[in-house]
Amino acid sequence: MIDVSGLTKFYGPRTAVSNLSFTVNSGEVVGFLGPNGAGKSTTMKILTGFMPASAGSVKVNGFDVFESPLDVKRSVGYLPENPPVYLEMVVEDYLKFAARIHDVPKTKLKGAVDSAIQRTGLTQVRNRIIGNLSKGYRQRVGLAQALVHDPKVLILDEPTVGLDPVQIIEIRELIKSLAGQHTVILSSHILPEVTATCQRIIVINKGQIVAQDTIERLTTRMRQGLLYTMSVKTPSEKGISALQSVSGVKSVSPEGGKLLIEIQPEQGELRDRIVEVAVAEKMGVLEFAAEKLSLEEVFLQLTTQEKSV
Amino acid sequence: MKFSFKKMWAVAFRDFRSYFTSPIAYIVIAGFLVIMGWMFFFNLQHFVAQNIQYKQFGMGKGASLTEGIIRPLYGNMNVIFLFLVPFITMRLFAEERKLQTLQLLMTSPMRLSEIILGKFLSALLLVFTMLALTSFYPIVLILFGNPDAGAMLSSNLGTLLLTSCYVATGVLFSAMTENQIVAGALTFAAGLFFWLINWASQSAGPVWSDFLDYLSLIQHYNNFSQGIIDSTDVIFYLSFVGIGLFFTHRVLDSYRWR
Repeated sequence: MIDVSGLTKFYGPRTAVSNLSFTVNSGEVVGFLGPNGAGKSTTMKILTGFMPASAGSVKVNGFDVFESPLDVKRSVGYLPENPPVYLEMVVEDYLKFAARIHDVPKTKLKGAVDSAIQRTGLTQVRNRIIGNLSKGYRQRVGLAQALVHDPKVLILDEPTVGLDPVQIIEIRELIKSLAGQHTVILSSHILPEVTATCQRIIVINKGQIVAQDTIERLTTRMRQGLLYTMSVKTPSEKGISALQSVSGVKSVSPEGGKLLIEIQPEQGELRDRIVEVAVAEKMGVLEFAAEKLSLEEVFLQLTTQEKSV
Repeated sequence: MKFSFKKMWAVAFRDFRSYFTSPIAYIVIAGFLVIMGWMFFFNLQHFVAQNIQYKQFGMGKGASLTEGIIRPLYGNMNVIFLFLVPFITMRLFAEERKLQTLQLLMTSPMRLSEIILGKFLSALLLVFTMLALTSFYPIVLILFGNPDAGAMLSSNLGTLLLTSCYVATGVLFSAMTENQIVAGALTFAAGLFFWLINWASQSAGPVWSDFLDYLSLIQHYNNFSQGIIDSTDVIFYLSFVGIGLFFTHRVLDSYRWR
């Protein structure tokens, strides 16, 4: 459904996105994960045809974004970071306008608007002026706008930012319900958000893809790089450096009374060796445990490392 | 895919309506009507007084209605539009860029030309509404006098064409900045400049002076005020609008590349 290859975008001398390649299949919900300024919004703007790429090709629904932007735009619903709502308009009128400019035929106009209102839970406020609505409702109006022409592809830029917890859950449920009928790409810098809604994540940092996989596979892959904690009586300098010199150990850092020992990925079993060294160095081992890397840490690790996993 | 008039009008009517959901339309229209009414009233009074004087002293007929009322009325109207159009057009693109609603238009399957023409028409519709409201004055003249209907019609057409040039400049400057004040000020300055451009023709050589006269917006209005519709003038105004909107297209297109 979406085919991106070699996508690159420069803003003047600054590279916003470099050599991005990925595909999204029909009906899939994919999360774009990355810290602020990673290039998520830029990529999305290019996917919607709002902005041209400096290099590379983007195909949405079989149409090239550069060659036939209008066909792409017709099959895409886009919710930018700030919902593009006209504050002086009434919700229903606004959605009618959005439907009209997205080529919804006159006979289907009312039905399209009604169904968008229903799906985003705007029934109560359909006759109110958007400027008088709360941030959460405005966000929903923005989402309804993206849905109103029943697009094949939905591109949602940080759809839950600025919402309260209840609203966040509602929007997430809504996005999940879109899977199957729509192909959805959403961006976020919050991990739980992506885990809650997406089947697959693309982690992006500094304009490059760091990892892309299903969430389960990504965690397993990351778990191979393990973190152990060891409580010792005497965390001597000599002992620490001895531990560090064990092959396969990436770093040893004292934290409180504990030593955090990070292992390089795919090193196999090292626990025996580590404890042996600690005992030989007479550090007085009190406790030794393996720590599972939470997704949050995976993410941190993914985005703070240059290296691809 | 062909140019879609449907989508163009969707944009035009949305923007036209938003003039009326904000105070803009009411303030501009009210200001316009007050000033026009004031001018018409004293113009008429002066005209009547003059005619009575002419009659009393047997100096023959005074100025005709066309010369005495219609010409100054629409001449003044053109000046007022020069002042008011910037207030009408300054928001068209500048506000949408500032509030980022332009993204909605730019990511919908619309051609830039549909968006630009829609915006242009929304402002022109408001101008047309204002012009229609002043039809009160010709009606008064017809009821109580015997004015030249042709001169009134051509004055209206001329005013609409001249004002559409201001609107096109306004659309262009509104597309060039996020700041509405800047857009408005530039629109006014440009409108005034093209109005006064032929001042330089007195000191320019023969070829240049003809050229500068040709460029002057007000120069092309003279024929209309006398009841003459010359295709040269119509074409001039339409090309002025066309060039303004074409530049707007280039400006908006260039944003995508930054």
